[in-house]
Amino acid sequence: MSTLTPGFADPVLDAQATFRAVLEAMSRPGRIQRAGTGLRPPAPMMPAAAAVLLALADSGTTLWQDAGTDAEAWLRFHCGAPFAAMPAEAAFVLATGAPPVIADLNAGSEEEPERGATLIVQVAALEEGAGWRLSGPGIEREHRLAVTGLPSDFVAAWARNRGRFPRGVDVILCAGERIAALPRTVAIAEG
Amino acid sequence: MSPPDDRSAEGGGDLNRPGQTKGPVMEGYNFAYLDEATKRMLRRTILKAVAIPGHQIPFGAREMPLPYGWGTGGIQVTAAILGPSDTLKVIDQGADDTTNAVSIRRFFTRVAGVATTERTAEATIIQTRHRIPEQALREDQVIVYQVPQPEPLSRLEPRRAETKRLHSLADYGLMHVRLYEDIARYGHIAKAYDYPVMVNGRYLMAPSPIPAFDNPKMDRMPALQLFGAGREKRIYAVPPYTEVRSLDFEDHPFRPIRAPHACALCGSRESYLDEVITDDRGGRLFVCSDTDYCSGRVALREAAE
Ligand SMILES: [Zn+2]
Repeated sequence: MSTLTPGFADPVLDAQATFRAVLEAMSRPGRIQRAGTGLRPPAPMMPAAAAVLLALADSGTTLWQDAGTDAEAWLRFHCGAPFAAMPAEAAFVLATGAPPVIADLNAGSEEEPERGATLIVQVAALEEGAGWRLSGPGIEREHRLAVTGLPSDFVAAWARNRGRFPRGVDVILCAGERIAALPRTVAIAEG
Repeated sequence: MSPPDDRSAEGGGDLNRPGQTKGPVMEGYNFAYLDEATKRMLRRTILKAVAIPGHQIPFGAREMPLPYGWGTGGIQVTAAILGPSDTLKVIDQGADDTTNAVSIRRFFTRVAGVATTERTAEATIIQTRHRIPEQALREDQVIVYQVPQPEPLSRLEPRRAETKRLHSLADYGLMHVRLYEDIARYGHIAKAYDYPVMVNGRYLMAPSPIPAFDNPKMDRMPALQLFGAGREKRIYAVPPYTEVRSLDFEDHPFRPIRAPHACALCGSRESYLDEVITDDRGGRLFVCSDTDYCSGRVALREAAE
């Protein structure tokens, strides 16, 4: 096994800063935050996705990922999260390639919708001010977000995800050291 | 790791200077007191709470060095989000200088070394018991409510399994009946505190025992609102700019109530007032419950004179 690159330089304060970035992203869908500066996770994992998992995943959460054996070893060492055999069984799903079908992931139950999975999707680019028109809780009027690198059927799949509220999956988009979140409440209209 | 003794903490008066204070983190404690596994669990819960506005999520509460009723739920939420660059304000019924507010502020000064303030405008995190500041909150602020009873249906349906079912069905007929009975009996809805609200048109939510006067401030607030119930071990949230509607009826619309007086100190006719007994012969006057708002207005008036 190759030598593992380090996790957070300051496990306590870096985890806090990453969490606040995710909280801000989840509270204001479409606004871009920074996470993972200085992290060098094994390819193809990006710093932002690695930071989100370091901050939130642990032995109490199940994890599924498609990033390969180096990434698995890194996550196993730094997070200690048990790996799920199928995406449907995981609390956190990391997609570095084509993301799994949202409808196949755990959406929680009507009484416990909080059990719905968090899907972390790596994309090629995230930019504010163009692209999708987002509306819903967390958004005063409209936020615009341009996402490069999602499958063409994502917006239709998202509408179905949103349609079963309060059940649903929440998404964290990552591009390099940038993150933006799509809580299950957000409505996406294509620009 | 043993919890700091709150009684001995009461003795360390110099940690509680009014205004901005900042001190070194007490040795022997993790930043913000909680261990990292507990923080991660709370943080995951908070994120799901934001994603499902108004929905109560149970969490594995930890023993805190303050008894229930002192805001342990709010303290756990604050400890999970707080960072070294935050400035914390703590209010109890609008006041920064009560024993409860002072103890919580001192606790976070000791275990996180964060700056504290009594000024609403300077705070990045405001932990509150039973009030929302008069000054409108901003996007760069988070308000954390201490919640004694998170379940708005608890007095109508004591069984948790049943209230969970009612929330899943958005079946809030029990609450409507209860409010309508008030109208039939008293001519109005006799609920001055913890007045139930609908969040984003989906979940019935207890706003905590804030006066109904404060309810309209929750609606489409630019700041994130987080709620922590320590004894009941539940967290819920209202994201920014989210609709929060006080329950009412077409023929009996919701009306926020305040005492029909001006503040005896600053003259405000807009703020929420507390009645203060001034002597044992029935003397009384009304003053702002929000002490920062009131002293700010008094200072402005003195500067103008
Ligand atoms: Zn006043």
